[in-house]
Amino acid sequence: MEFLTSWWLFASTRGGQIQIAVAEHTLYVTSVVGVATIFALLLAIATRSKQIAKELSLSISAVFLTIPSLALFTIFIPLVGLGFAPSFLALFLYSLLPILRNTITGLDGIDQSVLESAKGMGLTPRQVLFRVEIPLAWPVIVAGIRVSSMLVIGIAAIATLVAGGGLGDFIKSGLSRLPLPGSLEAIWTGTLLCVLLALVIDVSLQLLRRATISKGIR
Amino acid sequence: MSETLIRLENVSKAYPGTEAPAVGNLTLDVHEGEVLVLVGPSGCGKSTTLRLINRLIEPTGGRIYLKGEDVTEIDPSILRRKIGYVIQQVGLFPHRTIAENIATVPKLLGWDKAETSQRVDEMLELVSMDPAIYRDRYPKELSGGQAQRVGVARALAADPDVLLMDEPFGAIDPITRDRLQNEFLRLQQDLKKTIVFVTHDIDEAIKMGNRIAILREGSEIAQIDTPEAILSDPADEFVENFLGSGAILKGLTLKKVRDIELHDIPALQMPVMRDEALKALESSPEKTAVLLDKDQKPLRWISEASLNRTTQPIEKSGKPITIDLQPEDTLQDALGVMLQSSVGMAVVVDRGGKYLGCCSIESLASMIISGSGGSQN
Repeated sequence: MEFLTSWWLFASTRGGQIQIAVAEHTLYVTSVVGVATIFALLLAIATRSKQIAKELSLSISAVFLTIPSLALFTIFIPLVGLGFAPSFLALFLYSLLPILRNTITGLDGIDQSVLESAKGMGLTPRQVLFRVEIPLAWPVIVAGIRVSSMLVIGIAAIATLVAGGGLGDFIKSGLSRLPLPGSLEAIWTGTLLCVLLALVIDVSLQLLRRATISKGIR
Repeated sequence: MSETLIRLENVSKAYPGTEAPAVGNLTLDVHEGEVLVLVGPSGCGKSTTLRLINRLIEPTGGRIYLKGEDVTEIDPSILRRKIGYVIQQVGLFPHRTIAENIATVPKLLGWDKAETSQRVDEMLELVSMDPAIYRDRYPKELSGGQAQRVGVARALAADPDVLLMDEPFGAIDPITRDRLQNEFLRLQQDLKKTIVFVTHDIDEAIKMGNRIAILREGSEIAQIDTPEAILSDPADEFVENFLGSGAILKGLTLKKVRDIELHDIPALQMPVMRDEALKALESSPEKTAVLLDKDQKPLRWISEASLNRTTQPIEKSGKPITIDLQPEDTLQDALGVMLQSSVGMAVVVDRGGKYLGCCSIESLASMIISGSGGSQN
């Protein structure tokens, strides 16, 4: 009870700071997942009929996930400096695998007879891709986007270590001042807001899913 | 003979790494308005041949002409929009409604919305599906038979002259298949499309084809002719084996009940007296008569014995007539009905159910013995 009131005091007096941190964190998730989705789609389409290239791109994106996050955030500093850029790059590499894997699975899972009839009716390869293949793979792709988003929300808290901002700022400042007054409150603020943000983003993706997936394949 | 619409000239298709070509030096003409059935054992290259026509497979040699135009010089997508294509697995777009599926090619061709939507309804009605019910449904809500109806409607939507069908009814249960085949034949009578139809089922080939090309390995034509000619005069042992033992029985699907002479046996219309009935039966060589109701619909088989055996009223004696035939039914149907009937005969009625006459096994047998005469349609 005592902690709740002190936490409330902490949070309510830092409205501006919280707003900025949430905005930065949200920016990471949306920009990273957005760019990763486009990249994964292009990569999956480019490697569609090349089995080796497909396997290779999956293996490489799987390797990224095994690199410790602390290391991945910092190795880009010599190349791009501090702040948003190294964080963005690291998060991008982390978010790739779920989306790429699902895009490939989704495209591979399309009924061959549907593609055969699409071609047979005179759809050009581009029309087959945009009117048939992507819409049919979309439910699986969106599932991958959701997984990546959750992943990025958690790992984006590391961005603070390379001066990238975000909700990790609260956690880091709390951690460095432990056990001084206000330190635990800061950690809890960062953590709770991460969870809250994850919920909001998950619900919005769920709504996006409903809005963009045809009733015929739901 | 009518004009040649599709011509395959010395066409071959070989896949790298395989010894024998899938299609080797095939020359084939498809006439305007006919159904040409390509039939042969699996792996004989019949599907490959079909897919060469709309360039889903590119030939390695030879020329293919559509209305005198070399198809290899047309953009394949543009070419395919002019050719209807129906496959066994149907391949409807699951994320599109039935209406959107049927509108696929009209939309590619840039038809305006009102015209397309009107065409969609027309097509659904053509394949006996109520547009009000089905227009906005999705393919997952359809049965296999309904899905293939939509598949045919979709292929016909932009009114192509040519239709390619790859085992279209192959994955459908036998009863529905029979119904779809009959409906399709009825449609074709009005539409007069040029159709190349692939099947491995010789019975289906005989039923659907104006001409049949029997193919062996490498899509080599063993015999190409009308079903009647192939059945009565198979070119070689391969064709004979492929036709199987029941060639005569198969031939029965080509002939209609109206092709044979109807047997004239006494017909008694209700109300009728017992004495009258007995007198009529005496004069009949079969000792059998048909009892009709007052609308001339057949009710029962009456025989002398059955009349003498009971004191029951005449409308309760003899055996009931449960199935009847119409002049459009095939002789194969007729044979089935006769074999089931207690008297070895079947009654023939017109569309309104009125009695026309009877056909008997004897008349069928004499027609078969007299050889391959009969109508060709």
